[in-house]
Amino acid sequence: MTTEFVPPDLMPALPEMVMLGMTCLVLVVDLFLPQEKRGFTLLLSISTLLLAVLAVGAVAPSSGSVSSFGGSFILDQLAVVLKIATCVVTILVFIYSRDYLKDHDIYRGEYYVLGLFATLGMMVMISAHSFLLVYLGLELLSLSLYAMIAFNRNSLAASESAMKYFVLGAMASGLLLYGISIFYGITGTLDINAVSAAIDGQIEQNPTALAFALTFVVVGLAFKLGAVPFHMWLPDIYQGSPTAVTLFIGTAPKIAAFAMAIRLLVDGLSGLQLDWSQMLTALALASLALGNVIAVAQTNFKRLLAYSTISHVGFILLGIIAGTASGFASAMFYTITYAITSAVAFGVLIMLNRKGFEAENISDLAGLNDSNPWYAALLAIAMFSMAGVPPTVGFYAKLSVLQAVVQIDMIWLAIVAVLFSVIGLFYYLRVIKVMYFDAPASEQAITIKDALDVKVILGANSLSLIVLGIFPSLLMAYCLLAFA
Amino acid sequence: MYADWPLLSLVIWTPILGGVLVLFAGDREPSGARKIALVVSLVTFALSIPLYTQFNSETHLMQFVERHSWIDAFNIEYYVGIDGISMPLILLTSFMTIIVIISAWQVIQYRASQYMAAFLIMEGFMIGTFSALDAILFYIFFEAMLIPMFIVIGVWGGANRIYATLKFFLYTFIGSVLMLVALIYMYSQSGSFAIFDFHHLRLDLTEQVLIFLAFLVAFAVKVPMWPVHTWLPDAHVEAPTGGSVILAAIMLKIGGYGFLRFSLPITPDASAELDWLIITMSLTAVVYIGFVALVQRDMKKLIAYSSIAHMGFVTLGFFIVFRILDSEQGSAGAGLALEGGMVQMISHGFISGAMFLCVGVLYDRVHSRQIADYGGVVNTMPVFAAFVVFFAMANAGLPGTSGFVGEFMVILASFKASFWIAFLAATTLILGAAYTLWMVKRVVYGEIANDNVAALEDLNRREFLFLAILAIAVLALGLWPAPLVDVMHPTIDNLLNHIAVPKI
Repeated sequence: MTTEFVPPDLMPALPEMVMLGMTCLVLVVDLFLPQEKRGFTLLLSISTLLLAVLAVGAVAPSSGSVSSFGGSFILDQLAVVLKIATCVVTILVFIYSRDYLKDHDIYRGEYYVLGLFATLGMMVMISAHSFLLVYLGLELLSLSLYAMIAFNRNSLAASESAMKYFVLGAMASGLLLYGISIFYGITGTLDINAVSAAIDGQIEQNPTALAFALTFVVVGLAFKLGAVPFHMWLPDIYQGSPTAVTLFIGTAPKIAAFAMAIRLLVDGLSGLQLDWSQMLTALALASLALGNVIAVAQTNFKRLLAYSTISHVGFILLGIIAGTASGFASAMFYTITYAITSAVAFGVLIMLNRKGFEAENISDLAGLNDSNPWYAALLAIAMFSMAGVPPTVGFYAKLSVLQAVVQIDMIWLAIVAVLFSVIGLFYYLRVIKVMYFDAPASEQAITIKDALDVKVILGANSLSLIVLGIFPSLLMAYCLLAFA
Repeated sequence: MYADWPLLSLVIWTPILGGVLVLFAGDREPSGARKIALVVSLVTFALSIPLYTQFNSETHLMQFVERHSWIDAFNIEYYVGIDGISMPLILLTSFMTIIVIISAWQVIQYRASQYMAAFLIMEGFMIGTFSALDAILFYIFFEAMLIPMFIVIGVWGGANRIYATLKFFLYTFIGSVLMLVALIYMYSQSGSFAIFDFHHLRLDLTEQVLIFLAFLVAFAVKVPMWPVHTWLPDAHVEAPTGGSVILAAIMLKIGGYGFLRFSLPITPDASAELDWLIITMSLTAVVYIGFVALVQRDMKKLIAYSSIAHMGFVTLGFFIVFRILDSEQGSAGAGLALEGGMVQMISHGFISGAMFLCVGVLYDRVHSRQIADYGGVVNTMPVFAAFVVFFAMANAGLPGTSGFVGEFMVILASFKASFWIAFLAATTLILGAAYTLWMVKRVVYGEIANDNVAALEDLNRREFLFLAILAIAVLALGLWPAPLVDVMHPTIDNLLNHIAVPKI
């Protein structure tokens, strides 16, 4: 008997293939470029991402989903929206980080190549519909990030961070893989649809084993998301990495982590929802509490944003806990807008850096409104958005998550969440206070590079927070569609 | 000609967009920014006048309604409209903003364009708050107005401004987030965020009590009511004059407005059940805070405490109605109490604004707010002294000024509920006179205290202008309050009918 090899439909994976091909091209071209022509690598990298966005648009199914590679790769509305968001955010990251890399003598092609590979990993994670492919995407992302953090080899702090991230990340991956292998043992398959079906059949006989496996998967996820108590790595890595890398870590990978949570928990393990929603509730509460409270004591802006990320993860988890389509959609909205918001925050911080000066403390922002009202206003918008003050998009993101939580009658959870967000407001306000009300600490007034392109793009990025806050339907419609 | 204009939207968005324009005009040419700001505020006021002249005071229904779907996912609408409660407050807002801009003309030199822009944007948000009929729209305006005020106090405020402005923002925010949860809960019950759907939503007593408490925290902080008033003296003392004026004249009223628009009609049974709480808090504000005001050494702090005491009258008027409805005499005085509270809000807007402007006039010359640093001001500033005495009399509730009308109506209505409540409320006539006039005595009369006072110059034309306008307003409202009471009458009647019907 001969089984005929049917070649898989490659079209759904066109964006990934474009990314891979172009990234290799960037790698090779960059080799032959002299240092002063490095701008071409940047240009090529951005066009790679733009091409990927176009490719996603070209192959996007008008409705429903397309799967390929024996069901392990899926392209649905969720994947389309998240991939576009990931690529757009990465473009922003590349643009903002240019001057920083130049000033710190690390303006090299590797940053872009690694960034592109990481993006490819994220796109794979977003589309993965098999446990194995989720893991592969995750590892591609993580390995690229380890290298990116250590990329400035003269920096001790960066090397330490890379080591820390590597060790902890490997452990988390191991836990995740262990959980996956138990699921494989119970269900005999790695395909997410098949696992889901098998769990529905097995839930009666094997509740303990399933819960056991689930625990490991949730731990692995919680680590990648940065939920308390698996958050320890986050502040250290944010602080230790070069700001250009922190900017990257703090934005696009959140979207991928959200996708992973949806693929594993919602698509694959929906039969165990009762179990994981309880686990996530504990994680969410701990994240909201610890993230917001500890952030108050931070003086380093990067650490502050790390703790703020932790608290935002709490909110994202709340949306997933709700377990309804509107809950998932609101969590997705929250994740995407959070990535956009934090791109602004890190973007302004990165513009404060100059040769021989690493701006990373909140006090470095003192008097920003006097020296540069434009950037001060942009950062203020981002801070208000993170705090959830209308009319910024952060308010609407919180509103939609809270609405989903109240809908399932967990009002107490909503109350706890809003009370902690008041604590959160305090430290965001402190940043604004420093920018607007304090005088610059040192003689050397803040000098911001006057790069017009960054000024304009960062401005558009920040103003989009207000536009989306006033017209959230622009994005929310797609989020709802993804879970329709 | 106004019939097809989206007049209300124009009144909301003209100042906001105008404020952005002023922001971009920048400080290279400060007089340019000031002029644009003045023009914008005048245009806004002109646009708001038809809201009064075209207002139909025969009906309680919403007028100038604009309703468009906005965020379909949650059925959130851009839904605005005004009735007899909100219309006077909108006019007050657009009027006071002009005064504030004129008063800042020369005083604010540091980043004048940002200052003007903040007030214009805030004006738009406040008018939006008064006219929003969708709960989320209301909440957005309600929160958004904190941002400009936060910056106004933090940038142009006094020595301890940062403490004050953070306290102001955090206090108000913590109050409002609980309200947000209550709003979302009602949405999950009714499927709509329209405030009128909430009015007709059936809720059992437990739900009502919880929702009522959530609203109470939000609005009590805003009013502010004792014991959550402590942010106000700090904010007032540190705020620049314009900030104090807007804070006292308008922002506090939003708390009172919230009680009328949300608490009473949405949770009438809980309001009736818990009216003792509000009445106690209000009387404490009137009596205890009155005594606190007496011992203040800082003029702004004194007026801030006096504001708390006066706002106690407003909340007393709003919640005494349940006692009146229960009493043997029936509902006769209930309307009087609500209308008294409303008149008191408008009147306090003028008077407290004027008092803060008077302090500002002195502060600009001497750079001190301490009562002890003055004395005998009348000798060098006779015209100013006349204004101060007039506004002080109004603050103390002298018949013939607007301050008298509201207090009198509320006290009169309180007698129908209980003699002792009315008695305690009436102590304000003594206390108010005591703390206001004693301050005037120490500041204005007597011998010239020191060289600073001796060197004072009397009001310039600009200062005379805004104080005179306010004096006319106070006098007009005091002598002939009918136009104000008439427009709110049908709305108040309808509200009374609504709250008299149990929802359970």
